[in-house]
Amino acid sequence: MALKETPSQTAGPFVHIGTMPAIAGLKAKHPRPGNILARDGTLGERIRIEGAIYDGAGALVKDALVEIWQANANGQYGSNDFTGFGRAATDFETGLFFFETVKPGRTPHRDGRMQAPHVMLSIFARGINIHLQTRLYFSDEANAADPVLQLVGAPELVATLIAQRDASHPLYRFDIHLQGDRETVFFDF
Amino acid sequence: MSELAEFLPRDRSWHPAAVPSAYRSTTYRSPRRPLVVVPQSIGELSSPVFGDTPLDPLDNDLIRNHATTGDAIGERIIVHGRVLDENARPVPGALIEIWQANAGGKYRHGNDKYMAALDPNFGGCGRVISDAEGRYSFRTIRPGPYPFPNDGCAWRPAHIHLSLFGHAFVQRLVTQLYFEGDPLIQRCVIVNTIKDPKAIDSLVAKLDMDGMQAFDCLAYRFDIVLRGRKATPFEEG
Repeated sequence: MALKETPSQTAGPFVHIGTMPAIAGLKAKHPRPGNILARDGTLGERIRIEGAIYDGAGALVKDALVEIWQANANGQYGSNDFTGFGRAATDFETGLFFFETVKPGRTPHRDGRMQAPHVMLSIFARGINIHLQTRLYFSDEANAADPVLQLVGAPELVATLIAQRDASHPLYRFDIHLQGDRETVFFDF
Repeated sequence: MSELAEFLPRDRSWHPAAVPSAYRSTTYRSPRRPLVVVPQSIGELSSPVFGDTPLDPLDNDLIRNHATTGDAIGERIIVHGRVLDENARPVPGALIEIWQANAGGKYRHGNDKYMAALDPNFGGCGRVISDAEGRYSFRTIRPGPYPFPNDGCAWRPAHIHLSLFGHAFVQRLVTQLYFEGDPLIQRCVIVNTIKDPKAIDSLVAKLDMDGMQAFDCLAYRFDIVLRGRKATPFEEG
C-alpha cells in the first residue's frame, strides 16, 4: 500500500447544504439524488421504508443524513432504469426519514451463496466521526440462510436489522439505535 | 481487472474511532458493540455512478454559484488536487460534494444559530468530478472559524466539508479539509478525534503559490486518498 486513506471527519449538523441542498433551502439547477427511487415503470414491488434514528439517551437524531444503496427487483446493482441509490434527511421536527423504492431481489454473497433481499444504509451526522454502515432486511423474507445474518449470529442482534412489514401496506418500519440495549448492528467491510 | 477484486481493509486505527471523546456530540452517538466484519460482495464492490452527472459550469465556483448581486465576500481561494487510491492510482470520475461556512463562519442553514451575518451572495455548496487523471479544482472563499457549544465554547478551525464517491461503495468517504498554519487546528476537539498526527496532517491543505491566479486567488493543494484494491495475483507476479 503506497498511500493511507484520507481520514474521515464528521459530516456535522449542516451536511444537507452539500448533499441535499434543497433541504437547507438552497436552489440547485440540477436535481440531486433524493428519497424517491421508484419511478413510473420501475420493475418490482413498490415499498416505503420509514424509520427514525435514536441516540444512546433515547433522543431522536434530527440532523442525520441516511443513504441507501440497493439492487433492483432482479438483484442487479446499478441497472439503467433504477439507480438504487437514495438519500433522505431525518426530519428536523419529527426525526423521521423515509424512502419510496422497490423491494430488491436476492444477490450473491462473495462465496456464491445467495443473500436475502436487503438494502445497505449509511448514516452521517454530527457526533458520528466515521459513517455507520448497516443493512436493512425484510420481515416477510426468508432471512435465516443469509450469510451475513449468520455472521451476525445472535437472534437479538439479527433482530436489529429486520424491518417490520406493516400488515396492511407495503410499508416497512426500520428504526436505528446508535447506542444502548437495542443498539443496531453496524458493519465493517 | 475483475469487478469483484476486493479492497484493502479500512485501517480503523487511522480514522477517528466511533467512541465518546472530548467532542461531546459523540457521547450518545457512538455504538458500543464492535463492528461486524463482512466480506465484500457485489453490493459493497459496486457503486452509484456519478462520473457522467451533468454539472452546471458554476457548480465548482462557490464565489458565484449562489450569487445574486456580486461575488461572495471573503478571501478568494482555489482548492485543487488529485483523488488517488491507496495504490497511488488516480481515481477518475469521483464525485466530490462540497459545503462550508461563509467568510464570517456562518452556514446558510436554518439550524445554524451563530450570530455572524449571512452573505447573500454565498451558498456554501458546490460539486466537482475528478478528471481522467484524478484532478479536481474548485474556487471559493476561505471559510471563517466559528464557535460551537462543547463543554462551554469551542472553536472550529476554518474548514471545508467534502463528500466523495469513488467506484465502489466501500470507498465512500466524508471528511473535512483544514488550512495550513491555522492555530485552531491543534485545539479542535473534532480534529483531535484522530489520534495519529500524520493522519491529521493529511487533512491540512497546503498553500500552493504555483497554483495561485495572479491578482485574483490564492491556491491550496489538497490530495484525497480513497481505499484501493488488493493486489491481484497478476500484479504480484
